[in-house]
Amino acid sequence: MTDTYVTTNMTAHDRTPIPVLACLATAGAVVLLMMVFGLLLRLAQGGMLDLAPDTFYELLTLHGAGMVGIAALGSVAVMWYFLGQYVRLSGAVFVANLVLFLVGVVMILASVLFGGFAGAWTFLYPLPAQPMGVWSAHAAALFVGGLLVIGTGFLLLYLDVARAILGRYGSLGRALGWPQLFGHDDGRAPPVAVVASTMVLIINTIGITTGAAILVMTLVNLYVPAFGIDPLLAKNMTYFFGHVFINATIYMAVIAVYEILPRYTGRPWKSSKVVLAAWNASVIMVMTNYPHHLLMDFAMPEWALVAGQVISYASGLPVLVVTVIGALTNVHRSGMRWDLASGLLLLSVFGWGAGVIPAIIDATVVINQVMHNTLWVPGHFHTYLLLGMLPMVLGFMYFLARGGRPTDAAGAERGIDRIGFWVFAVAGLGFVLAFLAGGRAGAPRRYAEHLAQWLPYDRAGALFAALVLAATLVFVARFLLRLGSARGRVA
Amino acid sequence: MYQTLAWQLSLILMGVLLAAFLFVALRARDRVEDAAPLISRAYRIRGILFWAILVVLTPVMLYTLIDLPYASAGIDRREAQVIEVVGKQWAWDLSTDQASVGTPVEFRVTSAAVNHGLGIYDEDMRLVAQVMAMPEYTNTLRHTFSEPGTYKLLCLEYCGMIHHDMIAELKVGAASEEETARD
Repeated sequence: MTDTYVTTNMTAHDRTPIPVLACLATAGAVVLLMMVFGLLLRLAQGGMLDLAPDTFYELLTLHGAGMVGIAALGSVAVMWYFLGQYVRLSGAVFVANLVLFLVGVVMILASVLFGGFAGAWTFLYPLPAQPMGVWSAHAAALFVGGLLVIGTGFLLLYLDVARAILGRYGSLGRALGWPQLFGHDDGRAPPVAVVASTMVLIINTIGITTGAAILVMTLVNLYVPAFGIDPLLAKNMTYFFGHVFINATIYMAVIAVYEILPRYTGRPWKSSKVVLAAWNASVIMVMTNYPHHLLMDFAMPEWALVAGQVISYASGLPVLVVTVIGALTNVHRSGMRWDLASGLLLLSVFGWGAGVIPAIIDATVVINQVMHNTLWVPGHFHTYLLLGMLPMVLGFMYFLARGGRPTDAAGAERGIDRIGFWVFAVAGLGFVLAFLAGGRAGAPRRYAEHLAQWLPYDRAGALFAALVLAATLVFVARFLLRLGSARGRVA
Repeated sequence: MYQTLAWQLSLILMGVLLAAFLFVALRARDRVEDAAPLISRAYRIRGILFWAILVVLTPVMLYTLIDLPYASAGIDRREAQVIEVVGKQWAWDLSTDQASVGTPVEFRVTSAAVNHGLGIYDEDMRLVAQVMAMPEYTNTLRHTFSEPGTYKLLCLEYCGMIHHDMIAELKVGAASEEETARD
């Protein structure tokens, strides 16, 4: 960024902090394992692998919890790395989050693999306590406790982010660029990394606290069944938490696009009034459009469901109009040199924008009535997570592996990188389209067995999943082999 | 058919977006020394796109809100056949498994224990309507069948080990003479 207010106070990393690399390496390894689980699930649905229902739903639970967890871990590494160039963050808190994350992962793995917990990552009350004898209260408590430990780590990290931002900018409003948004744009607005981090810390602090509350209530209910929870309240709290938490991963990871693409194109990506307006609007919209998960809960207040549709439509505008157009403008005829980092980052903006389209369509009440909880849903969220959030993090990893600078002629990408990119992009698109097509055909999500007419979608999905897994294996292996370069001095 | 509409609309819009990205990606290596006019033109396009989306999307969105399946919306108010539905792990309890074409059916759906989702599929396994089943609450879904046949009721909210096999049948007969005469 060219903002003098920021650059004079920057504390650029001389070397990539080891905890950041540890986060990315962990995320890379876990995403591969979770992709293997995902492939097994699609193979089983396609009738090409014989998985008992209990094993299927255990893997489903691990796949969901694991993917959400590493999405958060990878994207928080992106945010922490770039935000740390503008404010002073605590390395100890970052490490504490990583340690708590790993402790939580062990608890979740134990609950599923040894306790047989298979209540899905959404732990929707009262299922954890009512499994018909399939798992024990202790197994459910271990899973819920694991999520609680992970959430505590992230909450600590966001509190540190808040401390650092407030210490640097004085107020959250200033960090969100309110003086420039609502007054004269003096060109001294905080960089997008700061604005985005502030947005995420606001929504995720509220989201995680809400999640922690329902997790604790679920824990109490497991051992004191007389302590009942209103099921509709529980569902609202659970989906508010899940919705905000997973959305926040994209809003953190996209910082990589805002920070890295301009280094390739030589064009600054400023925090203009439009960019600030979009990010500020997203603070409200991400938190208020979550009722689109509850459109088929007719007991909900109708105004909330209508608002869920209306705000969902509106929330697509900042993504499609501001971030997509901004990225395309930054790249168009810039003389940019392509490498895997720049390619993945541009792909990620497409994936985010493309995923928003079927998501908004599904947020239409009358369409939701014939699409909700079909494969359409994993279709759209895999689009903006697999083709959006993940390539943002992978692009960041490659950027670090290149020593934190665009590829020069001598360091051109290897053929395997190019092949990996195109396999990932094409197979990734095929993978999500197989989900969407299955949803169109009415195939339910989260089914251990599908009817014969749905198998072609499952089988196509499994084929594409295997290709995506192979490409991701190349990306992660190349990053791990270049950890030394990634650790080296950043330009 | 909303499923086909959603699919085609998604494909078209995602295709347009993909074309825009390919167009820009193919020209990324070219370099204009003075980017100011290019950026200025892009901002104009952004403004036009913003208003175009707003102008097109707002009436479409409002139109879709006219025909909501909720209680206060303008759904079929004729006297309905009531079917009480209770979701259990892992079966549906129906007060009756018979209905008629043309007669509104009011599904009063609840659950005995955990959350379920009542998905109504026609003989071609096309999802025609759904509503969640939640303990302590009764969700009311009104639906008028237009085709006779044996419909399947599937669970659409994950509810445990046998979730995928929680299936019941609803036999929808041809319209009665009275109903046919009214139509």
